[in-house]
Amino acid sequence: MGHDLMGQIVQYIQSYLSSDQTPGAAGNMFWVLVYILAVFVGLSIAVIAMNWLERKILAHMQVRLGPMRVGPHGLLQPIADAIKLLLKEDIIPAEADVAIFWMAPFMVVLAAFTVFIVVPFGPTHAVTDMNIGILFMLGVSSLSVLGIVMAGWASNSHYPLIGALRSSAQMVSYEVAMGLAVVSAIVMTSLNASGTGTLSMIGIVQAQQEQGVWFIFKFFPLGLIAFFIFAVAMVAETNRAPFDLAEAESELTAGFHTEYSGFRWSLFFLAEYSAMIAVSSIAVTLWLGGWLRPFPNLLNGSTWDLIFSLFAGVTFLFFAAMCFFNAVRMPKHPFFRIQTIGLAGFGVVLGLIGLVMLVPAVRIRVQDIFWFSAKVAAFMYLYIWYRGTFPRYRFDQLMQMGWKVLLPMGLGVLILTATAGLWPLIQHSIWHP
Amino acid sequence: MAPVATPFFFYMLSGIMLIGGILVITRKNPVHSALALITVLLAQAAIYLMLYAPFVAGVQIILYAGGIMVLFLFVIMLVNIDRAAKERTFNSQWLVGSVAAIALGGLFVAVYIKGNNIFPEHALSVIENDNTQKVATMLYGQYMFAFEIASLLLLVAIIGAVVMAKKRI
Repeated sequence: MGHDLMGQIVQYIQSYLSSDQTPGAAGNMFWVLVYILAVFVGLSIAVIAMNWLERKILAHMQVRLGPMRVGPHGLLQPIADAIKLLLKEDIIPAEADVAIFWMAPFMVVLAAFTVFIVVPFGPTHAVTDMNIGILFMLGVSSLSVLGIVMAGWASNSHYPLIGALRSSAQMVSYEVAMGLAVVSAIVMTSLNASGTGTLSMIGIVQAQQEQGVWFIFKFFPLGLIAFFIFAVAMVAETNRAPFDLAEAESELTAGFHTEYSGFRWSLFFLAEYSAMIAVSSIAVTLWLGGWLRPFPNLLNGSTWDLIFSLFAGVTFLFFAAMCFFNAVRMPKHPFFRIQTIGLAGFGVVLGLIGLVMLVPAVRIRVQDIFWFSAKVAAFMYLYIWYRGTFPRYRFDQLMQMGWKVLLPMGLGVLILTATAGLWPLIQHSIWHP
Repeated sequence: MAPVATPFFFYMLSGIMLIGGILVITRKNPVHSALALITVLLAQAAIYLMLYAPFVAGVQIILYAGGIMVLFLFVIMLVNIDRAAKERTFNSQWLVGSVAAIALGGLFVAVYIKGNNIFPEHALSVIENDNTQKVATMLYGQYMFAFEIASLLLLVAIIGAVVMAKKRI
């Protein structure tokens, strides 16, 4: 009896493996849980890595070294920070509205993490594929405004309140331009034989595959302009520099999370970075071809397929080589011995991951995820780059930008995209009435 | 995918909606009321999902929970709540309210008793997969005129709001 049950469970688990659907669509609960866990763990690692990278890259942009003490080249700094945050005293202001003060960080984290169930890392590598995918992502990520407003109000203090007001005004007004840019990309998905588009995240990427062009290059320069509008609006949506008025240190201390400390503060931090990754994945899915590799038309054939599928492993091997190179360059003083060994060990781990990714069976399954993550990583670098180079906008400039520049541009692009899509039809009815 | 534990989720979501609705009208603090209302709206979106109407659910989340309620909260936060809470309610309309509640309750009871004749025996077999596409073809095909009229009305309301808010145009 027990053996029979085990057999059934194993069969249930195996039944998904031959499927070409997402686990959510196939209805296999085991793999849904596995995917959710994988996304959650991957996202947490990505946030930790972003924390380190942001400090390092910003430091190098400003000709500093950045974290160097904890671990080789400060590699363990994020872990030290996390431990520090967890051990910190958790302070709730005496006059705060305790229940809402409690709920606010969870609301923000929930909104930031829930959207990842529809993010398509590959044709089957998503937790589920929803009919309303992109609508779901925009809707749920817009709920994070609520968390921010709740945090600012419940703190019962002036800086958080002003920060929350600024942030919600900003997010609500940039959502409009963002929505218009998204709609103009969705309109492009309907340019197929059946004439119906799709809102599903996987469907959008498949539409780009069918049409043989990333939507950023479609109807040049219309796709590019829509992408530009989205790229600006998404920085404003996530309250990052140069639109980080909501947490402008020089004016508002830390904005809506001034009164938060310890674990609660780290939840806001986690939510901010995962929201950045979420909007970047929307941009990648809608305009940059999601999981598709670069130049699938120009450089096609099995040789090029092989070369492009090697990229994932080679990237990891490159990072491993960087680690070894820097381990050799470490000062030869005994004081640095542990750091050198640590860096070399990190290089060995990266190299092993790279070698595993070169195995043909792994290579084919991982390449989608690699291309998607690489494109998202480019956006994350852009975020850091913006922060390092642009001065902060003034609030009236920000509002002017959103309502008087991006919104009319978005409307114009939407109308022109629709016209361009219908052009064969219009032409037909003009010449053959 | 076939639905799982439908009765459980239905009762849970309707329970949340009922409790949230009661909280909306009993809380003294308007911010708490607004948050309870958001909970109700989100639970309602989940019920739409259960009814195989994902598009309506998504629009509900974006418009109500993400848009309108944020503006509500925005306004409430700017009002001095301490003073507002101390003020006595001046428009207590318990008579009208109870009459309306009894009428609505009577309607529900009537529907419960006579429901068998009104509603179809079986659930409609709706396909979830192209829900949005179906809504789109209906809105831009069969109900084009009504849709455009509605959008025109909204445009008039927007222009009216701008005219009223702006002192000099």
